[in-house]
Amino acid sequence: MVLDVQKLTMDFGGLRAVDHVDLHIQHGEIVALIGPNGAGKTTFFNCVTGMYKPTGGEIKAGRPEAEIQSIKGLKPHIITKHGLARTFQNIRLFPEMTVLENVMIGRDCRLKSGIIGAIFRDPRTRAEEAQVVKDSLLILDKIGLAQWANEAAMNLPYGAQRRLEIARALATEPFLLLLDEPAAGMNPHETRQLVELIRRLRDEENLSIFLIEHDMSLVMNLSERIYVMDYGKLIASGKPEEVKKDPVVIKAYLGEDVSA
Amino acid sequence: MTQRLHELRRSLLVSLWFMLLTFPIMVIRVNTITGTIRWRWSNLALIGIGSFVISVVWRYAMQRKTGEVRATGVFAQVGARVGAGAEKVRTVLDSPKVRVRLVSGLLAAAVAYPFLTSMYHTNIMITALTYVVLGLGLNIIIGLGGMLHIGYAAFYAIGAYSYALLNMYFGINFWLALPIGAALAGLFSLLIGLPTLRLRGDYLAIVTLAFAEITRLVLQNWQQVTGGAAGIPNIPRPQLFGMTMRLHQTTTFVYFIMLAVVILTIFVVHRLENSRIGRQWVAMKEDYIACQAMGVSIAKAKLTALGIGAVWGGLVGVIFAARTTFINPASFTVWESVIILSTVVLGGMGSIPGVFVGALVLMLLPEYLRPFAQYRMLIFGALLVTMMVFRPGGFIKKRRKAYTITEAEKQSVIEAGAEADEDTEE
Ligand SMILES: Nc1ncnc2c1ncn2[C@@H]1O[C@H](COP(=O)(O)OP(=O)(O)OP(=O)(O)O)[C@@H](O)[C@H]1O
Ligand SMILES: [Mg+2]
Repeated sequence: MVLDVQKLTMDFGGLRAVDHVDLHIQHGEIVALIGPNGAGKTTFFNCVTGMYKPTGGEIKAGRPEAEIQSIKGLKPHIITKHGLARTFQNIRLFPEMTVLENVMIGRDCRLKSGIIGAIFRDPRTRAEEAQVVKDSLLILDKIGLAQWANEAAMNLPYGAQRRLEIARALATEPFLLLLDEPAAGMNPHETRQLVELIRRLRDEENLSIFLIEHDMSLVMNLSERIYVMDYGKLIASGKPEEVKKDPVVIKAYLGEDVSA
Repeated sequence: MTQRLHELRRSLLVSLWFMLLTFPIMVIRVNTITGTIRWRWSNLALIGIGSFVISVVWRYAMQRKTGEVRATGVFAQVGARVGAGAEKVRTVLDSPKVRVRLVSGLLAAAVAYPFLTSMYHTNIMITALTYVVLGLGLNIIIGLGGMLHIGYAAFYAIGAYSYALLNMYFGINFWLALPIGAALAGLFSLLIGLPTLRLRGDYLAIVTLAFAEITRLVLQNWQQVTGGAAGIPNIPRPQLFGMTMRLHQTTTFVYFIMLAVVILTIFVVHRLENSRIGRQWVAMKEDYIACQAMGVSIAKAKLTALGIGAVWGGLVGVIFAARTTFINPASFTVWESVIILSTVVLGGMGSIPGVFVGALVLMLLPEYLRPFAQYRMLIFGALLVTMMVFRPGGFIKKRRKAYTITEAEKQSVIEAGAEADEDTEE
């Protein structure tokens, strides 16, 4: 198990956005979290990645080869260093930095050089900086963004920006990749590429993938297990075929075409 | 429009806050001898207007940065024309040849300066260079770290008093005091930074201002140790291997110390900008939520900027004490902080040449335009507001050197990567 969430609860004043949710992810799985707008999916992500401090429950995570440990309430940058990396529903790149620099920031939590190194530029610091450029470029190449390396992130086409967010997350060397609506705003061609990319990452990078998505055909086609949330509560979970037929889920979506 | 009104209201609130918070220290003056209280209402007005202007300028600059505000009509035209002119100058300066010539010319002129001019002019230049370093130091906090700090004079004071006191009580000499003063300033900056990391923009400004005022008040009222308002006299000038120097020789000597510090500061700031921490600062300012989600410790990045920024204030503080041989708290008022802030904002936040030119212009002009000297504050204010409208980036707008890679480098890295992959698969 790489992620084990128990009875996670998040209150905003009187509003309970996440209500006693249990969820777990095995190593190498692709798991989806779905639900209508405002169900609490992003809030769930924010709790797991440390952006919010959960009101209750427990979150444990760890690399497949290591013991899982509690990460509840830790700061976001610590959780990232622990090995959970995310993308954002509303793209949050560093718009004026180059594509390469965006990925270099992702590498940052694996670097060691400090202020003294920055000022004196000793051989170790220089070597580390050269390595960062190399590693970042290889990641860009893998995601198919290398031709844009020197471009400012904001000048990228929309689909490429979404993929750059994935590249930047990969640069942190995660064991679990959390993707918040990675296909939002993509055209069918870009979506197909994305599905392929996510599968490839799981197979080649020894990753587990946890994604939120509204695009049902993508979810059904890509994920091995699905969790469904509504009004903060978990209302169903299981294999895509099971969830698709679940009357509770169909009711929650109320007319939204689950089988599409 | 409503957005702007909203921002103005926020600024008004901020200035009211300032007035309230600084009321006890700035307005009430208890005369303990006669047992009377003097109400210095004019100070209240100054604080109110000053903080309002700073807050408006800051908010406007931030909005400009996020592209929410665009100058229209005449403003836009004038701004565009000035901008185009500046770009032209810049393309000329971009050529490495021109640059090398310019820098070596400047350096030669700087070295020759004290020998070609009188002690009077050398002294004025020392002051100007002092502000260049102060500006560059504050620039690390404001321009690179993105934190509005208006208490920078406190670090200057800490440096000056470190030397004066350490010398008076322990006989520590100038050269030893230099690193100690710098380190103490950095330390104080971290101490005040730790609890205020969550504050942003003009709220942080209030805390830093209060810190500076408290520092000054402690120096003024801790009579037994610091000599109080009367200050500390007879601080030894810098020594060089125990040589006895005449006054004008010492002045020249101090000039060269200052010049060396200026060069050191520029070097260090330049190195920091183009390093891992520099990258963190840029990312932090562009999107701090994404930045921390990518594993960067915002707290550490901010504290680093606060600490390293303050060090330069401490350093030149020591030199200031050694040069004037007399210091008192009156040299380190809020206005001192505001002047340093102005050099940064006018010159160009984040830009090394900008701050350099800004500090020189702001310090040298009033010296040589004596008749206007008494209106200095007024002119500063007017200049600041005008700049914000026409050229919000400052005289010399910051232009970040983005990390780029050549096509050839790219290919070689990618090919090497592909080969490495094959090796592992075999
Ligand atoms: N910081 C916050 N403060 C107060 N309420 C919040 C906060 N963040 C989210 N909420 C509320 O929590 C509920 C769940 O929001 P959340 O963004 O998690 O939904 P979601 O499932 O991601 O929806 P969508 O599919 O539209 O992205 C909503 O009612 C939202 O208004
Ligand atoms: Mg969401």
